[in-house]
Amino acid sequence: MKILVCITHVPDTTSRIAFKDDNTKFDDTGVQFIIGPYDDYALARAVELKDELNASITALHVGGAEADPTIRKALAIGADNAIRVNTPAEDSLNVAQQIAAVARQQNYDLILMGRESIDFNGGQVHGMVGALLDIPSISPVMELKIENRTAKMVREIEGGKEHVEVSLPLVAGCQEPIAEWKIPNMRGIMSARSKPLEVLEPVAADVQTASIKFELPPAKGAIKLVDADNVEELVNLLKNEAKVI
Amino acid sequence: MSVLVFVEGDNGKIKQSSQEAVSYAAAMQQSPVVAVALGSYSQDELAALGRNGADKVLHASDQQLDQGVIQAYASVLSLAMDSTGASTMVLARSSLADAVAARVSVMINGSLASNVIELPDQSDGFRVKRSIYTGKAFELVELLAARRVLTVKKNSVQLKEDGPSAAVEVFNPELNQEDFKASITATEKATGEVLLPEADIVVSGGRGLKGPENWYLIEELAAALGAATGCSKPVSDMEWRPHHEHVGQTGIKVSPSLYIAIGISGAIQHLAGVNSSKVIVVINKDPEAPFFKAADYGIVGDAFDVVPKLTAAINSLKS
Ligand SMILES: Cc1cc2nc3c(=O)[nH]c(=O)nc-3n(C[C@H](O)[C@H](O)[C@H](O)COP(=O)(O)OP(=O)(O)OC[C@H]3O[C@@H](n4cnc5c(N)ncnc54)[C@H](O)[C@@H]3O)c2cc1C
Ligand SMILES: Nc1ncnc2c1ncn2[C@@H]1O[C@H](COP(=O)(O)O)[C@@H](O)[C@H]1O
Repeated sequence: MKILVCITHVPDTTSRIAFKDDNTKFDDTGVQFIIGPYDDYALARAVELKDELNASITALHVGGAEADPTIRKALAIGADNAIRVNTPAEDSLNVAQQIAAVARQQNYDLILMGRESIDFNGGQVHGMVGALLDIPSISPVMELKIENRTAKMVREIEGGKEHVEVSLPLVAGCQEPIAEWKIPNMRGIMSARSKPLEVLEPVAADVQTASIKFELPPAKGAIKLVDADNVEELVNLLKNEAKVI
Repeated sequence: MSVLVFVEGDNGKIKQSSQEAVSYAAAMQQSPVVAVALGSYSQDELAALGRNGADKVLHASDQQLDQGVIQAYASVLSLAMDSTGASTMVLARSSLADAVAARVSVMINGSLASNVIELPDQSDGFRVKRSIYTGKAFELVELLAARRVLTVKKNSVQLKEDGPSAAVEVFNPELNQEDFKASITATEKATGEVLLPEADIVVSGGRGLKGPENWYLIEELAAALGAATGCSKPVSDMEWRPHHEHVGQTGIKVSPSLYIAIGISGAIQHLAGVNSSKVIVVINKDPEAPFFKAADYGIVGDAFDVVPKLTAAINSLKS
């Protein structure tokens, strides 16, 4: 059983977001980068499945060398080896085509991703990879069991959940509570240094979108505080000033 | 060039978010606007999409499509793109639409933009604004391919409700059984409550409510307002509330007209899920709670004291 886990290298969830070069580039000054939180769930579930199913885990990232420490962290958490496709992640389709190219070479039984990256927030790459490989893609997955090469999943839907079964191979976009995030231990960190991180050159891929510029949301105006003994005033403001009730 | 809109239903009723998506397509000023509905619907329900701006509705009524099987939906929608010659497909963001849109974009060799928050600018190419960094920023992106797929966030456009009724046409392409490899074996769904991603008003509670037994405070206020209920991550982690109510960076992102946060501190990861709300009200006993900085209105006070009074005040307003 071979599992591929696709990870992003994204600003920590507490980062202040800023842009540079006339708002065309992300300003990474002082920003700490992490494995995307949803990818972290995918990886955590893969590590659990590895023990249950005697599986091997490959961590895959599409991007530049700046992500190598993040990829090492995935190795420390429990991936057996890692691949980095050495190309800037231009757009989702480009990334998906790189991932699909790796997957075609290796025949993974299970491809786990996060439900979405927290920088680009596309929620797209898993579906695209599924379509490119012509295999099912299921997202967002909050429970995943493998029994006799069948994946039994719980998928979140509006106001509830759906139970889905499908035989492998499969792409799944993961979210909590699929597994508990795993923190690398000392032994994991030590062994990660010697695990293989292979750098592959990209395949030719399409770019179907072009990023023009970024902007920050307008600053919030000052808050209006209402006295706790005067809730009628709040109701009045919501009705007559904000006009939302 | 025609615009195709995937419309979704809940128990045979077209969702409000899908009506918004049709309104979005209508506002793009390209015609005709063709809605596509999959599975069982009444003729009247579909014809009513005309009010939102649909010129025509294609109905793929095969019962196999009563369940939202991602791969099958993607195939039928791609076929609909081909057969109508549409250049753009619009979907309201949802658990199903997000999963389907990505596959469709590959199948039609198109550009995909998800999380779109405004109408496109078609004056110079085709540009859309999308929400990124979990609501902390926006990106203007140009879609380069001749065909494109847009998933649109709630409240991106005014709901249109004054159109004439639409013509409904049967659209029953042959289904590929390979697309039904994934089978949906059961669905668990809350009934009768307002769905969180659809809701125009959301009332959310955090750890400040002390325990699940106190959720009546949230529920009664929500009922008074016709709102959906949400919560912070620790609240769903501790199973005080179901997971699908968890709002934030790792949960549901909401963009209602009004978000009321009660006993939630306003951690940056929570704010990430609510920062595109039009108006935010915070009730917290700690005047230093960071949520006040992101709010439009606030009350510094004890939820157990303030919320019942607020509920009563809303109820008396409504009666
Ligand atoms: C990677 C990552 C992702 C995360 N994703 C999310 C996410 O998606 N969503 C999310 O919510 N969190 C998320 N978190 C957690 C987040 O950082 C906070 O821990 C969480 O939001 C705090 O929840 P809370 O406000 O309910 O609880 P607390 O921080 O404990 O705040 C409780 C608040 O209630 C107030 N209070 C107490 N008693 C009363 C009373 N009687 N009346 C009124 N107010 C009262 C207190 O003053 C306090 O402000 C994430 C964290 C990480 C690291
Ligand atoms: N550059 C990348 N390298 C590897 N995996 C990625 C990359 N970008 C996205 N993914 C995977 O695809 C998922 C969805 O990403 P997105 O479509 O950008 O929201 C992420 O959670 C990752 O698992």
